[in-house]
Amino acid sequence: MNRNLLDFEKPIAELEDKIEELRRVEAEPGLDIEEEVARLERKSRELTRSTFSKLSAWQIAQLARHPERPYTLDYLQRVFTDFEELHGDRSYADDPAVVGGLCRLEGRAVVVVGHQKGRSTKEKLDRRFGMPGPEGYRKALRLMRLGARFGLPVLTFIDTPGAYPGVGAEERGQSEAIARNLFEMATLATPIVCTVIGEGGSGGALAIGVGDRVMMLQYSTYSVISPEGCASILWRVPERAPEAAEAMAITSERLKQLALIDRVIEEPIGGAHRDADACARELKRVLLEELRALDAVDMTRMLESRYRRLMTMGRYRE
Amino acid sequence: MSWFRKLIPSRIRIEGRSKRNVPEGLWTKCPVCSALLYQAEVERNYDVCPKCAHHRRQPARRRLDHFLDREPRIEIGAALQPVDVLAFEGSKKYREQIAEKQQQTGESDALVAIRGRLKGVELVAAAFEYEFCGGSMGSVVGERFVRAADTAVHHRIPLLCFVSSGGARMQEGLFALMQMAKTSAALTRLRQHGLPYVSVLSDPTTGGVSASLAMLGDLNIAEPNALIGFTGPRVIEQTIKEKLPEGFQRSEFLLEHGAVDIIMDRREMRDRIASLLAMLTRQPAP
Repeated sequence: MNRNLLDFEKPIAELEDKIEELRRVEAEPGLDIEEEVARLERKSRELTRSTFSKLSAWQIAQLARHPERPYTLDYLQRVFTDFEELHGDRSYADDPAVVGGLCRLEGRAVVVVGHQKGRSTKEKLDRRFGMPGPEGYRKALRLMRLGARFGLPVLTFIDTPGAYPGVGAEERGQSEAIARNLFEMATLATPIVCTVIGEGGSGGALAIGVGDRVMMLQYSTYSVISPEGCASILWRVPERAPEAAEAMAITSERLKQLALIDRVIEEPIGGAHRDADACARELKRVLLEELRALDAVDMTRMLESRYRRLMTMGRYRE
Repeated sequence: MSWFRKLIPSRIRIEGRSKRNVPEGLWTKCPVCSALLYQAEVERNYDVCPKCAHHRRQPARRRLDHFLDREPRIEIGAALQPVDVLAFEGSKKYREQIAEKQQQTGESDALVAIRGRLKGVELVAAAFEYEFCGGSMGSVVGERFVRAADTAVHHRIPLLCFVSSGGARMQEGLFALMQMAKTSAALTRLRQHGLPYVSVLSDPTTGGVSASLAMLGDLNIAEPNALIGFTGPRVIEQTIKEKLPEGFQRSEFLLEHGAVDIIMDRREMRDRIASLLAMLTRQPAP
């Protein structure tokens, strides 16, 4: 049974438990409960659909951080083949909050770079909850450059609460590492496709988020500061995070409307964690489609439109 | 209380104490050495304390005024005005906050950019206005910075930016975050044209501004004792649950860790930056 349930997932889970129970009973002879099971299944589907059709920004933020949500390595397993993880920034360390390497997408060699959160408590700590230090960003840049050098497209997966707030990270130039990536990614001569798969937390997310196409999974979020951080600053209480989430426009739907992202990738009903395989299939389909479209564009024009895309970001009067 | 003060009649003692409440604007106290200073004198001294050399935060326009030659001065992107695209409402409506800050500072947003000359050499110089929403970067700051960079490329002249900012402007949501990518991308154009970009980091330089345009200088020059970092010290303290060491994230700390080229006294900047730019552009000494 699923132990990691969000509040609004509970009524659905209860129905599903009931169905499960009935199915076990069915094994006994002389009992016909087919109809009841079908009825409950219908009800469960309807409840899921209605719950998920009117999620608040805060509920989506919780889904984006769902402890069972697929992470970069889960998609690497399902979407790609022949993955060889490459480690280290070549100057200080290997940051486990960022994973990356060479692999194939439907036979074609690509470079993948993504934030990586941990599943078990130990792994969570080891990977610092997916919060990279400068080493992580420098490793990411090293791998992206490797891709460009050998003519391989770069696919990034964004899923971090933010860059790691620590003494060592500051000492080794967290700001510079992020800034350097923004600078280099703007002109890196290979197609870059970025996908937010969970939490797109601030500069720590953007540091691997500059590309030709920027997409979001349906129930991921992308924000300038966490809802809790925003609420602490605005009202001095992190408990008002739900209001902050609404105010900042962090969902894929709103960001698409605002033209800040290019595409929303639909998730299975109930969210990616309910069916990681299905979510990975859709992600793969979309990645192939986007790469094919980018293949048709010559590099000079691609870099020019990547630049123009960035220059159109912003709203002001004049 | 000393024996001597006890001898003074109480009426005078009170007067003596109230004298510390100096009239607004005329006199000022140095927050570091407590010296009582004549405001006009501090301003003439580049907003640096003449007694202890403490570098105060300086209004953007005054900074550019002190830094640049008298003539010519052409402002860049002055007509740009912020908009409340998300209809953001915190403890105060963002729209109202903008109006209030504009009134307080006389600036339309947190960056001023001017094409002018430094000791005769043409350049574009921009400066953050910290009093405008903590010098935070939203769409107008980003766009002005890009236009400043574009102007520099167009005229084939260097770009310089005086940074003082708390980071990205929360009230503009992801638009603000994207200004990091936008401003950083604009700097690639200067690189391609072989034009120098100098970033001057003053107190404070943190968050999204630190992690973009501030750290990308061909030269990163810090003012003495400025707070410079990605995550602010308060958040780090909350995370590691420890008191941070004295001087952490100060200019001297950054110099020691290799993040900045030089720590420079503001009063020497005109001469020394003019000299550096002349060398980088292979010109004779100014």
